Amino acid sequence: MTAEYSAGSKLEKIFKSGQKAVTGECGPPRGTDVEHFKKKAAFLKGNVDAVNVTDNQTAVVRFCSMAAAKLLLEMGQEPVMQMVTRDMNRIGLQSNILGAAALGIKNLLCLTGDHQSFGDNPQAKNVHDMDSIMLAHTLKNMRDEGKMVSGTECQGRPRMFIGAAANPFADPQEFRVVRMGKKIAAGVQFIQTQCIYNMERWRKFMEMANDMGLTEKCFIMAGITPLKSVGMANYMKKFVPGLDVPDSYITRLKGVPKDKVAAEGIKIAVEQIQECLAMKGVAGIHLMAIEWEDHVPEIVKAAGLLPRPVVEAD
Amino acid sequence: MVIAESKPLAEILDMIKDFKKIVVAGCKGCVTVCCAGGEKEVAILASELRIARKAAGNELEVKEYTCERQCDPEYIEPLDDLVADADAVLSIACSVGPQYVAARYPYLRVYPGLNTTSIGGAVEHGVWTEFCQACGSCIIGNFGGLCPITRCAKQLLNGPCGGSSEGICEVGKGSIPCIWQLIYDRLKNLGELHKLTEVQLYKNWSTSRDGGLRTTTREELKQ
Ligand code: SF4
Ligand code: SF4
Repeated sequence: MTAEYSAGSKLEKIFKSGQKAVTGECGPPRGTDVEHFKKKAAFLKGNVDAVNVTDNQTAVVRFCSMAAAKLLLEMGQEPVMQMVTRDMNRIGLQSNILGAAALGIKNLLCLTGDHQSFGDNPQAKNVHDMDSIMLAHTLKNMRDEGKMVSGTECQGRPRMFIGAAANPFADPQEFRVVRMGKKIAAGVQFIQTQCIYNMERWRKFMEMANDMGLTEKCFIMAGITPLKSVGMANYMKKFVPGLDVPDSYITRLKGVPKDKVAAEGIKIAVEQIQECLAMKGVAGIHLMAIEWEDHVPEIVKAAGLLPRPVVEAD
Repeated sequence: MVIAESKPLAEILDMIKDFKKIVVAGCKGCVTVCCAGGEKEVAILASELRIARKAAGNELEVKEYTCERQCDPEYIEPLDDLVADADAVLSIACSVGPQYVAARYPYLRVYPGLNTTSIGGAVEHGVWTEFCQACGSCIIGNFGGLCPITRCAKQLLNGPCGGSSEGICEVGKGSIPCIWQLIYDRLKNLGELHKLTEVQLYKNWSTSRDGGLRTTTREELKQ
């Protein structure tokens, strides 16, 4: 049914059926260790609807997201291929969009990417010919108008569901929803947010999104990262820009015996998921259990999100 | 103006280690204003080099000259006599200067004594910041007169990114203001916040260095 779906990915179909979607994340390795990648991805199978594969996240060299996405397809899992505008100009980006579509990848998450000063090649040059919003616009134009940035006709259009990220916790606070609206105006169909810890601020963000009518135009997924330890919570609070972990969570983690901290972290995550899903306009959960993929089944189950709908991509 | 700063003395000494006679050539333009390559700095560098080489038991003869502007052939001319028996010129103009010197003296070695850092201005005494990357088609009119190409670490035209926190950029370990916060504040002051809801599309980079060497021609001024 090409007509009703813009891309026909499993993710798009689940959203459009009115069900809450769940996505996970699986970072490609810093080398060619395919087995490790597959092992992590296997924990996600059947527990999430699609799996994000990151594109050199935190500006650290890893194997490329397109290859990782293809591996997921071979494993019978739907990828959300992430693509950052840091490393390639419009020629490279469009070429990769076409290549990814040709491989059967149906979801693309358009990102600007972390600055290279955070990664393992701080002496690298960055490109930034485009930003995430322009990338989303590019894909939309290629897919819906059959036109590349240059105006050249695409011989075969890339059918991909267009995603982007949003950080409700960065500043200026009152502009975050507006900026998400710009992404949506540029063609973004689903949003995965930065990890949410400050539920109050998140609630305000969603209220604004509802008021602006954005939740009618776009599927917004709440980003959840379970806190594995007190150390991780403190690190996130102190060092990850724009990420505020409220003290109440840290107090909770500190209040349980050492061997129960992980379980408490999971409990918090599950509560957050349920609270998010009860909010108007939240269309799903993006679960980023970084190097904790083996706990995803447990979290998704405890949150009452199993079984996942059985849907075939086009 | 063009901002530059001195290279470390050790690096300069290494560049000229094989020479006995050099000319240190300064410039009375931008580098005088940013205290990197004017008459005063020429004198200081020349004596530092003499002292260092004397201490090393390998004396260096240094002549000093500060051009009116090193980016102008006629102002380089006065160097002709000075360089006649020199092994090399150490230019402490911005990096345009040494290239003009090189063009004038095909058989003379030329070295840069400065690192040219940016097009910018002073923000406090002794501190200079970059304001423009000479992209060749200025678009700051869309952004309250502030340049996101130069001043946003990701050159976002649709900022601020998710790393903007309390007015500070995620890049630079807390030392750099997020230009997108400043753009936001300014447009708010001007009652023009609606401008930020418009999606900014692709920039034409062909006028930037990406398009190849840029030459500006004014036909009416050509002879
Ligand atoms: S838009 Fe271009 S020309 Fe204008 S200030 Fe920025 S870099 Fe310079
Ligand atoms: S924090 Fe602000 S200045 Fe820094 S990269 Fe993001 S938008 Fe640009």
